[in-house]
Amino acid sequence: MNDTEALEGELLAAIDAAGNEAALEAIRIAELGKKGRISEMMKGLGKMSPEERKEAGPRLNGLRDRVQEAIAAKRDVLAEAAIAARLRAERLDVTLPVRQGAAARGRIHPISQVIDEITAIFADMGFSIAEGPDIETDYYNFTALNFPEGHPAREMHDTFFFAPDAAGERKVLRTHTSPVQIRTMEAQEPPIRIVIPGKTYRQDSDATHTPMFHQVEGLVVDKTSTIANMKWVLEEFCKAFFEVPQVKMRFRPSFFPFTEPSLEVDIQCDRSKPGEVRFGEGSDWMEILGCGMVHPNVLRAGGLDPDVYQGFAWGMGIDRIAMLKYGMADLRAFFDADIRWLEHYGFRPLDMPTLFGGLSQG
Amino acid sequence: MKFTLSWLKDHLDTEASLGEICEKLTMIGLEVESVDDRAVFEPFRIARVLSAAQHPDADRLKLLSVDAGPEVNGGKPLQIVCGAPNAREGLVGVLALPGTYVPGIDTTLAVGKIRGVESFGMMCSERELELSDEHNGIIDLPADAPVGKRFADYAGLIDPVIEINLTPNHPDATGVSGVARDLAAAGLGALKTPAVPRIEGEGDVGVALEVTSATCLGFALRRVSGVKNGPSPEWLQKRLKAIGLRPINALVDVTNYITFDRGRPLHVFDAGKVAGGLRVRDAAEGETILALDQREYALPAGACVIADDEGVESIAGIMGGEHSGCDETTTEVLVESALWEPLDIARTGRTLGIVTDARYRFERGVDPAFMEPGLDLATRMILDLCGGTASKRVVEGVAAVPPKEIRLPLAEFERLTGLSIDPAEQERILGVLGFAPRWEGDALHCTVPSWRPDVDGKADLVEEVMRLHGVDEIRPVPLPAHSSVNGRILTTPQIRDRAARRALAARGMVECVSYSFVSQIEAQTFGGGDPALKLANPISADLSDMRPSLLPGLIAAARRNAARGYGDTALFEVAGIYQSDMPEGQRRVAGGIRRGTAGEAGPGRFWSGNAAAVSLYDAKADAFAVLEAVGFPADRLTIEAPASDWYHPGRSGRVKLGPKVVIAEFGEFHPKVLKTLDVAGPLCGFEVFLDRVPEPKKKPTRTKPVLALSPFQPVRRDFAFLVDASVEAGRILRAAEGADKALVREVRVFDVFSGEALGGDKKSVAIEVTLAPGERTLTEEELEAVSAKIVAGVGKATGATLRG
Repeated sequence: MNDTEALEGELLAAIDAAGNEAALEAIRIAELGKKGRISEMMKGLGKMSPEERKEAGPRLNGLRDRVQEAIAAKRDVLAEAAIAARLRAERLDVTLPVRQGAAARGRIHPISQVIDEITAIFADMGFSIAEGPDIETDYYNFTALNFPEGHPAREMHDTFFFAPDAAGERKVLRTHTSPVQIRTMEAQEPPIRIVIPGKTYRQDSDATHTPMFHQVEGLVVDKTSTIANMKWVLEEFCKAFFEVPQVKMRFRPSFFPFTEPSLEVDIQCDRSKPGEVRFGEGSDWMEILGCGMVHPNVLRAGGLDPDVYQGFAWGMGIDRIAMLKYGMADLRAFFDADIRWLEHYGFRPLDMPTLFGGLSQG
Repeated sequence: MKFTLSWLKDHLDTEASLGEICEKLTMIGLEVESVDDRAVFEPFRIARVLSAAQHPDADRLKLLSVDAGPEVNGGKPLQIVCGAPNAREGLVGVLALPGTYVPGIDTTLAVGKIRGVESFGMMCSERELELSDEHNGIIDLPADAPVGKRFADYAGLIDPVIEINLTPNHPDATGVSGVARDLAAAGLGALKTPAVPRIEGEGDVGVALEVTSATCLGFALRRVSGVKNGPSPEWLQKRLKAIGLRPINALVDVTNYITFDRGRPLHVFDAGKVAGGLRVRDAAEGETILALDQREYALPAGACVIADDEGVESIAGIMGGEHSGCDETTTEVLVESALWEPLDIARTGRTLGIVTDARYRFERGVDPAFMEPGLDLATRMILDLCGGTASKRVVEGVAAVPPKEIRLPLAEFERLTGLSIDPAEQERILGVLGFAPRWEGDALHCTVPSWRPDVDGKADLVEEVMRLHGVDEIRPVPLPAHSSVNGRILTTPQIRDRAARRALAARGMVECVSYSFVSQIEAQTFGGGDPALKLANPISADLSDMRPSLLPGLIAAARRNAARGYGDTALFEVAGIYQSDMPEGQRRVAGGIRRGTAGEAGPGRFWSGNAAAVSLYDAKADAFAVLEAVGFPADRLTIEAPASDWYHPGRSGRVKLGPKVVIAEFGEFHPKVLKTLDVAGPLCGFEVFLDRVPEPKKKPTRTKPVLALSPFQPVRRDFAFLVDASVEAGRILRAAEGADKALVREVRVFDVFSGEALGGDKKSVAIEVTLAPGERTLTEEELEAVSAKIVAGVGKATGATLRG
C-alpha cells in the first residue's frame, strides 16, 4: 500500500465520520482547498518528470475525484439527515382540533329553507312569488274572499284584531295568505300564476297551534284552468317536495268560502314508525292542504268576470309540511329559537335548494 | 254529527256495507271522523246465576256459580266473586270472561283471586259497559233472556256509530235524512225517508202568542193535552245513547231525536208552568235565565228569547229554561217548532258560550219548509209515546221566500272540472238532491231546495255534481307549459331577503323566526308602542304589540338560550317590522345579535386563541356583510355615530345614504335597555333596512367594465399619524384616499394606539397605503411627492402630524 492509498483510506474514513456539514467542509478545505493536502500534492505534479507524472497524475486525480465524490455523497446524506431531523422537530399534533368554519356553524331556519324549496318547484311550473302585508283590512282578509258578515266561517278563524280607527274600521292580522289573491288580481291582468308564502296569525296556542304560523297559497287565473289542472299541479308539487317518485293523493269535497267547488287533500303515507312519515307508501291518510276553484264572488272582488275567467287556488301550512318532511314533532319549537333545535333542524348556508341539484341533500 | 247504521237505514234503502258507506261519506264531503263498530261488546255473554253464597272471608262479597251456556267452560258453571248488592240466585245478567276488555273500567280481565277465592270472570254493571251511569248493581235482565247468547245481539248494541265532520255549509247533513239523501245521490241506495202526515188537531193552543223579535223568522206552536210523560221507549233511548245523548224523558227525547233525525231542533214547554202568554221578544238589559244545563246566564240585550209573564223561559234557538222544562209530572205540553235568523243565533250563542245541537243547526240554517212538518212529526211521536190530544197549531209569520233559480249550462261542469260527464247523470244527481232540474235548451234549470241555503250559483251546482259523481273521476291534466325558458321570478326585495339570510348564516349566525308581536315594554324600548299597532285581543300580555324592530325578539331569544346554558349565541332574522298599520308600514329588515364571545371566528376558549367578547365591530361587520350581499353601493355611504336610543351612545353607529336615509344601524346596546330586557352582555347587534337600499338601475347588458391590469407592481408605504383622540379613523382614511386618486388604490388602518407616552388626549393611527402605478414604475422622487401629499392631506383634514 502506498501513501496515496493510505491517505485515501484515512480520508474516506474521516468523511464517513463527519457528523455534520461543518466537519465535512473542514475536511474539504483541509484536503481540497487551495492549500489543502491533495491540492498541494497536485501542485507537486508540475515538478515531476513525465514518467513520474504519468504514474502520479492519474493516481492523484483519482484520489481527488474519489474524495470529492465521497464528500458530495456524504453531504447528501447529511442534508437528508438534517431534513429528517428538522421534520422530526417540526412535527405537530394533527389530532388537535381546528375551529369550525363560520359557514359550518351558521344555519338557515327550516321555514326559510322550505320556502326556498317551494319556490324552486313552482318557479319551474311558471309561477312567481307574490307577497302582501301581515296587517290587513277586514275587506281583504274576509269580505273580498266571500266571507259574509257574521258567518260562522269567519269565527272559525280566531282573528287577531287591532283597535277600531276613527271610522270604526278595525284592522286584523291576516288569518291566511288569501288576501294576496285579491291584491294580485287588482294589480295584474290574467293569466296569473302565483304562489304566496308568508306569515299568518290566529289567536290559538297549543301543541299544534301557534299564534303565528306560515302558509303558502297558490293562485292560477286564466280562461281555461280546471280542477284537473289543479290536481296535476298539486300532485306534481307533492312528489317534488317530498322527493318521492310517486304519491297517492285523495281529494275530498269540502268547504271554504273563497272556493267553489272546494276540496281537501289527503296524502297517503306510512306512519307506522314513530317520528317518521313516509310518503308514497303505507295506508294512512294525512290531510295536507285545501284547494278549489276560485269562487265567482272572489273573481268579481278581484275585478274579473267569472264567466270569462276561472282558476284555482290552494293553501297549505309551510310549518306543517316542513314537519312532515323533516320530522319535527312540535310546532312551537319553530319559534322558540332554541339554539339546539336550530342547529339540529336548520340547514347549512350553502345548501341551496334547486331542482338541478336536488331540493335537499342526502 | 253522529248517527248509527240502523238509523241511517231508516232513511236509506241500501245493500252497501259499513265500510262502503264510510268510504263514500268521506268522498262526498261528509268526512268520517270515527266509526265505532261496537266490536268491544262482542265478548259479553248473557249468563244466569245458579247460586249465590256468602264469601267465607268478606261480608259484602258473594260467591256466584254462573251458567253461561254450553259454549263457555264446556257448559260447566263458573265460580265468580261478586260484590253487587243485587247479585242473587236466578238473576240473569251479563258476564265478562277473563281476557275480555271492559270499557267502563278500561281493564282487560284476568282470573283473579279475591280474598283467597278465585274468580273466573265478572258480572257487569251498565256503567262497566258504558251503557249508562248505573252502578248500584249488576245488569238484571228479564228471566227469559237467552243464556249463553251474545249480550250485544240481545240488546241491539251491535249498531255501528258513525261520526262525520260537517263543514260550515251543508245544513241538510245535520240530520240523518240529509245524509241519506246525499248517499242516495251518490248512488249508494234509495232514499226512503217517510213523508210526515199533516196533523190538524182540535181546539185552541190555549196560550196567547206574540212575536216581536226580528230574530224570529217563523214560529209554530201546538199544545198536546193529557200526556203521560216518562222514560222513552228502549229503541229511542238506545239511539240517543249511541250518539252520546242522555235520555231524559219521552217529551224531551222526542225533540232531541228529531233534531238528529231531520236536522230540525224543537222545544217543549210544560204548559202548566207557563204563566200567561208566550212572547218571542228581544231580551232587555239585565235579564237572566236558569237554563236546562242548570246554569244561570245573563242575557245580552237584544238576544231573542221566549218569555211568559214571569220572565224568560227559553233562549231562542239555543237552549230552553229549567223552569218550564218538561218532567215526569208534565201533562200539558207546548211544542215549539221555530225558525231563527242564523247570524243572530250564532252571535248570541258565541256571547253566552253555549254550544248546543240546536244552535249548531240554527246558525247553519234550518230548512224553513220543514218548520210545520217538524211540529207535526213531533206531535205524532208524542201522541204515540205519551198519548194525549193535539190542539190546532198556531203559526206566526213565515215570510215566503221565493226559491232561488239557477241555470246550469251543460258545459259549465266541464269548464270548471275538466271532466266531461253524461248530461243525464248531472240531471239524476241534481234530481235526487231535490233541485228539480229541467232542461231548457242546453242548460238545466234548477230550483234550489229549501234545505240548501248554501247553494247560490252555478259553481255550487258544479260542486254538487262533482262530489256525488266522484272527485276521483277527474284525472290530473298538466298545466300548459310555458313556451320558453323561465326567466327570473323573484323580485329584487325577495332576492335580497335570501341573500341576506345566506350571507349571515355563512358568517356563523343561526336564523330564528320569532313572533311578530312583542310586549309593550319591548315595543316602547325599541321605538314602538303606537296604539294602532297594539292587538285588541293578544294571546298573552307579552305578545301584545307589533314589533318595531327585530332586536327585542332576538335579544329575548339570546336570553332564553343563555338561561339554558348556551350563552354564546349568534342569531339573526330576516323578516318584517311594523312602523304603521298600512302595507307600506311593514318594512323588510335583516337583524342580528351576537352574545358572549360568539364572534365570526367562533366562540369560547380555544388552544389556538380564545375568542374575545363581542363588540360594536362584530355587529358592524355583520351589517356590512348584509349590505355587501344585497349589492349596496359602498362608495355612497356615510357612517355616523351614534345609532338610535336603544344602542350604547358611545358604541354604536348608523349607515346613511345621503343626509336622511338610514340604511343600517349597529353597535352595542344601552345598559338600561339590557336591564329592561333582563339580559346580560356582552351583546351587540345590528339591523339593515333592506327596503331602503336603492334598487340597482336596469342595465341594457350584463357586460362588466373593461379590466385594466397594470404590469407594474404596487408599492406599499406606512404612515403613523399622531392625532387628537377624538379624531375618527374614517376621516384619516378619506383624506389619505383623496390625496391622489390616481395612485392611491387602498388605505388600511393597521394599528391604533393610545397611551401615556402620547399624552392622554392623543392617539396614534398607523395606515398602510397601497399605491398602484398605471404607466411606469414610480421613481423615488414620485414616491416622496405622493407621500408628502398624503401627509399634508391627512394633516389638513384632521390636524394629524407624522409620528417621528
